[in-house]
Formats: sequence, structure tokens, C-alpha cells
Amino acid sequence: MRSNSRLPGIIHFLAGSPARRFASISVLLAIVASIAPTKDLFSEWRHYQRQYRVLIRQRPDAARLRRNFQGGIQQIWIPERQVTDRCSTCHVALQEKSLSDQRNQPFRPHPSLPHTLNEFGCVICHNGQGAATTVAEAHYSTKAWEQPILPARYLEASCGQCHMEPLEGTPQLNLGRRLLARYGCAHCHAITQPDGSLIVPVDEPPSLEHIAEKTSREWLFAWIKNPQAYAVSSTMPNFRFSDQEATDIANFLIAQSNASVNSQAPAPAPFALPSAEQAAVDGPGLYGMLFCASCHATQNSKGALLGGELAPEITRVGSKVNADWLRRWLKVPQGYDPKTRMPRYRFADSQVALLTAYLLSKKDDDFLANVRLSPSDPESVARGKKLASDYGCAACHRINGISPPDGFAPDLSRIGSKPLFQVGFLRGMPETLPDYISGKIRDPRAFGPALKMPRFTLADNQVEALTTALLAQTDRAVTMPPELVRSSPHAKYHPGGDSGRLMEDLRCQSCHAINGNGGDMAPDLTREGSAVQRTWLLGFMKNPDTLRPALIRRMPKFNLSDEELHKLSDYMLTAYQAPGFDSEALDPHSLTAEAAARGKELFYNKYACQACHIADYKKDKGYVGPALSDVGDRLTPVWLLKWLKDPNALMPGTMMPNPMLTDNEAKDLTAFLVTLKAKKKGGGK
Amino acid sequence: MKHLALLPLLFAYLISGCGRQTSLAVSIAPKAFGTQIVEQSGGKQATGVGARLPEPVVVQVNGTDGSAVPGALVLFQGDGAIFTPAQALTDENGQASTIVQLGSIHGPYVIRAQTPKQGGGVVDLVLRGIALGYQEKVGKQVSEKYCAMCHDPESTTERVSNYENLAPPPPHRLSDGTVLNAISDADLYMLIADGGPALGKSPQSPAYRKTLTPGEINAVVAYMRAIADPPYSSPPAK
Repeated sequence: MRSNSRLPGIIHFLAGSPARRFASISVLLAIVASIAPTKDLFSEWRHYQRQYRVLIRQRPDAARLRRNFQGGIQQIWIPERQVTDRCSTCHVALQEKSLSDQRNQPFRPHPSLPHTLNEFGCVICHNGQGAATTVAEAHYSTKAWEQPILPARYLEASCGQCHMEPLEGTPQLNLGRRLLARYGCAHCHAITQPDGSLIVPVDEPPSLEHIAEKTSREWLFAWIKNPQAYAVSSTMPNFRFSDQEATDIANFLIAQSNASVNSQAPAPAPFALPSAEQAAVDGPGLYGMLFCASCHATQNSKGALLGGELAPEITRVGSKVNADWLRRWLKVPQGYDPKTRMPRYRFADSQVALLTAYLLSKKDDDFLANVRLSPSDPESVARGKKLASDYGCAACHRINGISPPDGFAPDLSRIGSKPLFQVGFLRGMPETLPDYISGKIRDPRAFGPALKMPRFTLADNQVEALTTALLAQTDRAVTMPPELVRSSPHAKYHPGGDSGRLMEDLRCQSCHAINGNGGDMAPDLTREGSAVQRTWLLGFMKNPDTLRPALIRRMPKFNLSDEELHKLSDYMLTAYQAPGFDSEALDPHSLTAEAAARGKELFYNKYACQACHIADYKKDKGYVGPALSDVGDRLTPVWLLKWLKDPNALMPGTMMPNPMLTDNEAKDLTAFLVTLKAKKKGGGK
Repeated sequence: MKHLALLPLLFAYLISGCGRQTSLAVSIAPKAFGTQIVEQSGGKQATGVGARLPEPVVVQVNGTDGSAVPGALVLFQGDGAIFTPAQALTDENGQASTIVQLGSIHGPYVIRAQTPKQGGGVVDLVLRGIALGYQEKVGKQVSEKYCAMCHDPESTTERVSNYENLAPPPPHRLSDGTVLNAISDADLYMLIADGGPALGKSPQSPAYRKTLTPGEINAVVAYMRAIADPPYSSPPAK
């Protein structure tokens, strides 16, 4: 071939003389030396920067954009936060708000945030490899870098690295953290948050120590097999036990059960339960009057849940509990379970009888129709006990003979930085940490039939929220400078003394917060003593009537004795005072009729308070805030004045906006509001 | 192999440059054909960036006489959004629904539903989904707490609307672009901060200057802009 014959010729020519040899080696060297700069010239980031220059040429603010643009590799370097981020090399317009109509990356400006780029860089929130200057290395997993960009749907996880308190902009993270506590994840897994606090479960699974008093072996079997078939909203997971295993556990639970305080107490005086017909007629009224639905939900005929989620759903409770247990429970819930959140109502026997008959009528005959269990035997009980220990039942429930296991499941404190090489991915699933965590939550046993973690009944958004909350548990979060970590306060206030015991008995803090501890269903009582008048408080607790017509959940009536009523109100009026509520805060003589007339004008015209409040039921319709038609009986004048000046100072987070009144306006409005008193019924004129 | 597994991520993240096109390859054969396609529900929903819309998007295919057509093929597509399923046959009520996951860029997303016509050609319907960035999510939370009970005429189980109880003129929905788009950001800020009277409007809209932070008020404005219908476009830069 010609080329074959020519090739040695060229080599011969180039190597022919020292000069030629030198020249050819020089050329070769020049070529080799130019490889790196050439590669750089055609690098991705130069390509994007060239595109950007073309893009801004047509913009109306081209001159300004060009001035702001700096070519070359850009870097945000924050050594104390271990940030070396070169993302802005390609994402050149992160701070150019005028390009917000631009849909093409990498030229979008960054959406508004409470933090600046120069404070935190990019990777702290987005993950990825900050120092990289190619698209692939910066965004995806490579052999040398595991952490790809965090998908946008889990981005709120990054906020959770520093912020333990719920933020307004992170609903998904907040939900995830609530679910971690509510679904009892923390019973088995230790989850230490970056501020050093442990996630504390709030679900309080019931004690099983006396379960035989409450329900039957058959019900336990059916419940263990499928908790959601009994109560759709139950947070009890499905362990997917076989029929034999479920039978064994049911047998064990019945066998370990011992006598509760309630069953040792003398039986309540025998009283006849009303007939089913009478219960159907009178029951719903009593159930409604007691506001059971504030905490307990029931499913209606369309399958929708109505009621609160503080306590178990009771749609089919008649298929679960027996009449004797229910009667004793309604009388003294703490006698069965000292830790229950259920208040001790002071029911009359007739009320207990009616309520028992009504609740027992809420049953589903299909639920236990096909459950036929062979008689219990010691072998089965022993097998059941082993299963209950192996599957960690005692991590959630109190069970006789099994102590709560410690560290039953893996610690999840740093799950958000779990190295991918430690993760056993399923065939075909995307090999990323978010996909692993969400997959594991959705169906744990898919990752191995021998795994103990049960399957929870969760909606897709709940799985995503849980994944987000777990992704916040990163190594980086632990090493953040402590001054960056925003803790949420942990308060453990419980009222003390004699009145404190009464308040515990009524479980006030199941719904009301006091000094930072308690539920959020009902108003915070921390300053209630400064707010309300004694007569009103006594009357309200005797016969609670909601202040807000628009609210669905309401305070139940406990049938308190007069002595209890006085003890409780005296204590609240003394102990739950706000500072600065002395007699000097307001001169009672300033509340004149003229001031009240000016206040009325302000109320109706300048500030249009009637948009949200009812002062006069005949003409006002506002439905947002509490009705004020008897506020002169209810609230103290000093509270009214201070409340009008700054509601948020007295009740942080209240919906009532600060109306920005002058001192005189606030006094005039107070003078008007104290004139609003309830019309005495049946009192002649 | 790892790279391949990450391809979906790549798409989710870089929709901008390449603009992910949902495949139009039809794998289901239509059993019937309609002549129009209408929205049943699910348009104009807002959610966080990269998240699914809270409710599925449901469309209905109708025939020439306006009656529903079961068994018609519907294709869903839109730049940057992922549809599950991307194509479906209408059910016995002539309806097809899909779950929509929006992309990672905040702003409006086009949701296009198409159905082939007998003998070729397609009819399509364009809906909108809105992805909210951090600031807009803050605005959503704040406005749901402080604004919605008067500005949203619809009640939910947890919130009874106060809309009907107000003296006229009734408040605007926060998404009412026909009116609110014409008002500048600065004036909207002032309306929220100083109440209705600041712009000669009803004192029933109270002042929030001492209740919300400036950041929260700006967030509410940003949220109103994001959900505006018709869509809001910011004034050109000078």
C-alpha cells in the first residue's frame, strides 16, 4: 500500500537531521502542552458563560447585567462552614432578579430566601459536589462522590438541619417531624435531633397489662391481622403475621393480662343499660353534648372521618369492648390505664349507662364474623410471648413479663448521611438515599422478608414528609456551629399541689397548653388568670359553651362539684397571671359613657371589628374571633386594654392582628367592650 | 449503571436546558374517539417545587353532542412535569385522571391534555399547575392563617368562611388576577401592612404591620402573584 510505504518515509524525513528532530519534538510538545488549555476552552462552564453573554445582550437591562457578570470560575468559600461552592460559575444569574422570567437553567435567578448565598453557599441546602465544575460531577453521584443533588421535593430537609422549630416555609418537614412522633417511630428508633434533643413519641400506645378485661381473644386476633380494618385512622402498623402467629400473640396477651385497679374496686352499683332503641334515640345527643368527637373520630356512612385525632377512633368500638369494662372505664379511666389522656368525667350513673349502651351499639358484625380460634394452650402462649419479644411489641405497649427493649431498631440520628455503599438497594429502584428511605417506609419487608419493621398505613404525602424529616438528620447538621442551631423549646410544666391533681384528673393539658406544655386544641391557659373574671370562669366550667361559633371542637362538660369548681377557678386566677396586671394599668374612672360612645364608633367604623366579632347578635355577623356580646362579663378591663394594644404579646401566635391603636383609642374601645354584658334571662326587665 | 439510574434525577433537575418532553409514543389503543376535552378538576393547583399536586388532574372527553365518551385516549404532557399515568383511556364517565409531579423550578407549569380525533388530528386542553418556592410557601401558610377565612368564600371542615358575613364590597380572592394584577407590589404591601383604609378601601381588612414581619408580608404578596389568575407578569426591568 502506498501509505505503508510512505509512513517510514515521513518518520525518516522528520528524524533525518538534528534540526528536524528538534523541530518535530517541539511541535509535539506544543500539541501536548495545549491539550489542557484547549479542554478548558471547550469546558461546559465556558459554554454556559458564552450562552449567558448572548442571552443578556437582548435584555432591556443588558448594561447592568453585563457589569454584574464576572467571567471565569466563581467560588463561594466559607471555611468555617466547610463551603467551597463553585455552582455560580455556571449558575451565573443567581442574584439577577430581573431574569425571573427566564425558564432555562443554569440562568434562573434563585427564588427569594431568608438566607443569602454568601452566608451559606449552595451545597448546605442542595447537596451535590460544590467544588466540581462539570454538570455531571456537580449534580450526580460519581465514583468519587456519592451525594447527588437533593431532589426539590425533599429540599425542606435542608432547613431542618439547623431549624428544630417549625418554620412557616417548611410544611412538609414540619408534618414529617410530627409524624415521626405521632406514628411512634421513636419508640423503636432513637432519633437525636441536631440540637441534641430526642424525638419524643406522642402517640402513647395503650397498656396491654389488663387487656383481657377490655376485649376478647378474637378481637385481638383480628386487630393484629389488620388494624385498619377495625379503625381506618389507626396508627398501629401491620406486622403481616400469619393466622397462627396472630393467634399465638392473642393467646399470650390474654394470658399475661392481670387485674387492673378498676376491676379490683367494688363493682359500680348495678344499673340496667337502656334498650338499644332508647340508646339510638338518646345516645347521639349525650355523645354530642359531651363533645366526645373533640378527641374521638368516627367514620360516617360515606367513609369520611369526623372528629379529633387525639384519641382512638371509635367507629366499631362495640365490636371491641365489653359492657362491664366500658362502664368502669367511663367512671374512672385512670383505674384501667393511669397514663391515659382521657379525662375523668364526673358522670351520673344514668349517663354512664346511656353512653355505654350507645357506644356498644357502634359495632360492625362483619368484623369478627369469620374469626374462629382454637382454644388457647401453653405452647401457643409461649410462642406468642416469643413473637411479642422478637417483634418489639413492648417497645410501644406495656406488657407483663416483657420489659421494653432498649435500642430495638437502628439509630436514625444520622440517616440523612448514610453512605450509599451501606445501603442494600432493591433491584430496579433508583439508587439514591431519598428513594431508599421512602421505599423502606412504604414497604419495609420488600427489603427482606426477615426484617421486623412493620408496614404503616401512610398516604404518599405522609411518606414524603417522613422522608424529608429523616433526610434532615445529616452529619453536617451535627457539626454545624451551635449558634446556628435553632432549638424548639421543651417544656415539662405540670400543675402541682391539690389543684394540680384535680387538673391532672381532668387531663386539662390534653387540650390546653400551660407554660408551654400541653395540647394545642384549646386556648393556652398560661395567662388565663389575668384574662377572665371569676364569675364567668365559674359559670363557664360549670356549663361550657363555646365562645367561637365557628369551632367544631369544644370543651366538654365535666359535671364538676361546686367545691371542685371553686378550687379550680381560685387556682387559675391566682397561679396563671400575666406580669403587669396591677390596678395601676388602668384607671377604672376613665371608662366613662363618653369614652364608650367613642369606642363604639371606633369598633364599628374606623376598625370594623364587626367583620370578625359579634358585639350585637342582632346586626353583627363576624365569625372569625370570639363573640363579644358578653365580653364585659368575661374579660377583665385591664386584659382588654392590654390585649387591644398588643394581642401577640399576651398570646403568641394568635390570629388577632395588632390593630395599632393609640393609647386613647385602646381605652375608648375598652370602655365600649366592658359595657357588653349578657342579658339576664328571666330576670324581669 | 449508576449514571443511568440517576437519569430521572437529571431530568427533574435540568428541565430547563433540555426541557423534558413526556413521550408521545402511544402504547394504548383508543376504543373510542371524542371531539372535545374539558377540565373536570385539578387545574390551577399550587404545591411546593418538585412535589405532586395535592389533587389529581381530571379531564373529560366529550363527543359532538356533548355527551361523555368512555374509552377515549388521553395523553398528558407538559415541560418539566411528570404524569402518572402519562396516557389513559377514559372511564365509564368519560373521565381520565393523572397525578402530576411538578419540576424543581418555581413558577407556572403547563399541563396539556390531548385526545386524538377520529381520522387524525388532536384536540387539546391546557391547564396550569403552580410550583411554589420557599417564599411563596411562607406566603401560603401566612395567608391561610390570617387571610383565607375572609378572602376565600369556600368553607372547609376545619374553617368556616367568614366571606358571607362581611359588609359589601366583598373581598377579592387572593388569586383574583383581574383586579390584583393591576396593583403594584408596593401598594399590595401597604394594603396588608396598613389595612384597607390605606388605599381608600374597607376597614374590614385590618392592618398587619405589627402582626406580620416585612418578610411575611412580602411572602404573601409573592404568593398572590404566583397563584394569580389570569397569570401575573412582573413589569419589565428598567
